[in-house]
Amino acid sequence: MPLLTQHIQDENDQYSLVASLDNVRNLYTILKAIHFRDHAACFATKNGIKVTVENAKCVQANAFIQAGIFQEFTVQEESVTFRINLTVLLDCLSIFGSSPTPGTLTALRMCYQGYGYPLMLFLEEGGVVTVCKINTQEPEETLDFDFCSTNVINKIILQSEGLREAFSELDMTSDVLQITMSPDKPYFRLSTFGNAGSSHLDYPKDSDLVEAFHCNQTQVNRYKISLLKPSTKALVLSCKDFWLLLLTGFGQFYLKPAFNGPLMQWWVNLLNK
Amino acid sequence: MKFRAKIVDGACLNHFTRVSNMIAKLAKTSTLRISPDKLNFILSDKLANGGVSMWCELDQKNFFSEFQMEGVSAENNEIYLELTSENLSRALKTAQNARALKIKLTNKHFPCLTISVELLSVSSSSRIVTHDIPVKVIPRKLWKDLQEPVVPDPDVSIYLPVLKTMKSVVEKMKNISNHLIIEANLSGALNLKIETELVCVTTHFKDLANPPLVSESTSQDRNPEQMAEVHIDIRKLLQFLAGQQVNPTRALCNIVNNKMVHFDLLHEDVSLQYFIPALS
Repeated sequence: MPLLTQHIQDENDQYSLVASLDNVRNLYTILKAIHFRDHAACFATKNGIKVTVENAKCVQANAFIQAGIFQEFTVQEESVTFRINLTVLLDCLSIFGSSPTPGTLTALRMCYQGYGYPLMLFLEEGGVVTVCKINTQEPEETLDFDFCSTNVINKIILQSEGLREAFSELDMTSDVLQITMSPDKPYFRLSTFGNAGSSHLDYPKDSDLVEAFHCNQTQVNRYKISLLKPSTKALVLSCKDFWLLLLTGFGQFYLKPAFNGPLMQWWVNLLNK
Repeated sequence: MKFRAKIVDGACLNHFTRVSNMIAKLAKTSTLRISPDKLNFILSDKLANGGVSMWCELDQKNFFSEFQMEGVSAENNEIYLELTSENLSRALKTAQNARALKIKLTNKHFPCLTISVELLSVSSSSRIVTHDIPVKVIPRKLWKDLQEPVVPDPDVSIYLPVLKTMKSVVEKMKNISNHLIIEANLSGALNLKIETELVCVTTHFKDLANPPLVSESTSQDRNPEQMAEVHIDIRKLLQFLAGQQVNPTRALCNIVNNKMVHFDLLHEDVSLQYFIPALS
């Protein structure tokens, strides 16, 4: 990346946040997966960046991109926060094309000077450099689902491949998706109640798709199926190596990469029973 | 008025098909000008196409094994036909592995360009597929609006980078803004810039070649780093780029500061000139 390293180290001091990636593709994919609204909140600490998209307090998606994923990552302050137009950000990150050309890599350098300043993106592919300056906005309050493991009642880790199929076949004429977890059969069940009748999909705990299963107490949770639409899209977009962690205490589920990679978290509000 | 021509060479046929595909992408309606030595596809700079004009020229000898034409009159030995570009490209699509292709000007209740494609079936017997493309004969008095555009002296002349990269970038920029600035200098730099309230995006192409300066041209005293720019409708640029399915043999970009951008392309032996005016 000779063109990007022209930005010498001293310049970094003026920026609150500097992050570099040799390949912008994974960042683009994970942000695209949570792109169900125009705006996103960005929150960076020395541990990494969290991007949050929220809809009317019913659905919140978070993408965590850990510092270790970046080739260079510096955050000068305790934390850096801003609100940004995610649609524009995605168009900029994919400026050289939405589908990657085999054999080419697009490098990214992201710089943010602080409150009131735009987010600067420097993207390079094959010697061509694109510079983007995106205006940032006042950060808005997002619901904080700081989720404590002590409240976890039941936990299952599933390979996303299996769940992806199930989600893509959900009966959308049903208003709700019911998720049941029990220490005995059926262990993990997805149910819908549509025009043609009810449908149940069971994943036995010894199934190949189930990586881990912890359940002490039967729990039945219901979710509005329309709220799940963006998350099923995320499952489809996520790479093959994601696992799903479903924590039925709060209706949260994590999409977690099998190997070192960014993490996605979805929270979907429970319906009143 | 008479016109009949034949292509028997497979490579010529494919090339002609590619040219018609390109024209179909560049202009919904175009004018086909037939003269003894050349074929031209023309789009003149009417308000209807937002001031964009196109001049495509090919040498008939490079394509046709037989070529006969008789124009409107002896002094005006040309034929101007207006047609829907896609009709021609669709007809040629069926000629992919044809043995021969014949084009003829006919009258079937109304004037038509009749394309006959001779195809070989598996059993070695041939069959003929005929397409009648309706055309409008353009009267002599309107020919003056369809002449080869005069190319003004550009402020900057530069060879374009890989068109595929330009097209990807412009496609994305179109999501953000309706207009864009294209600028270039005599030091091999070309930039595409968009700016809205929300975002500014600039793509920098470097180390491009500039053609040698013509002596006594206005560019001689010009500071090589100084940019010449034009503010244009992004969709027109994208339409032009989308029409280039194959990388051209040569691609030159001429900018007249704040007036227009002129693209001068060569696809093997077919020349294409495309003019996009500045936004008023």
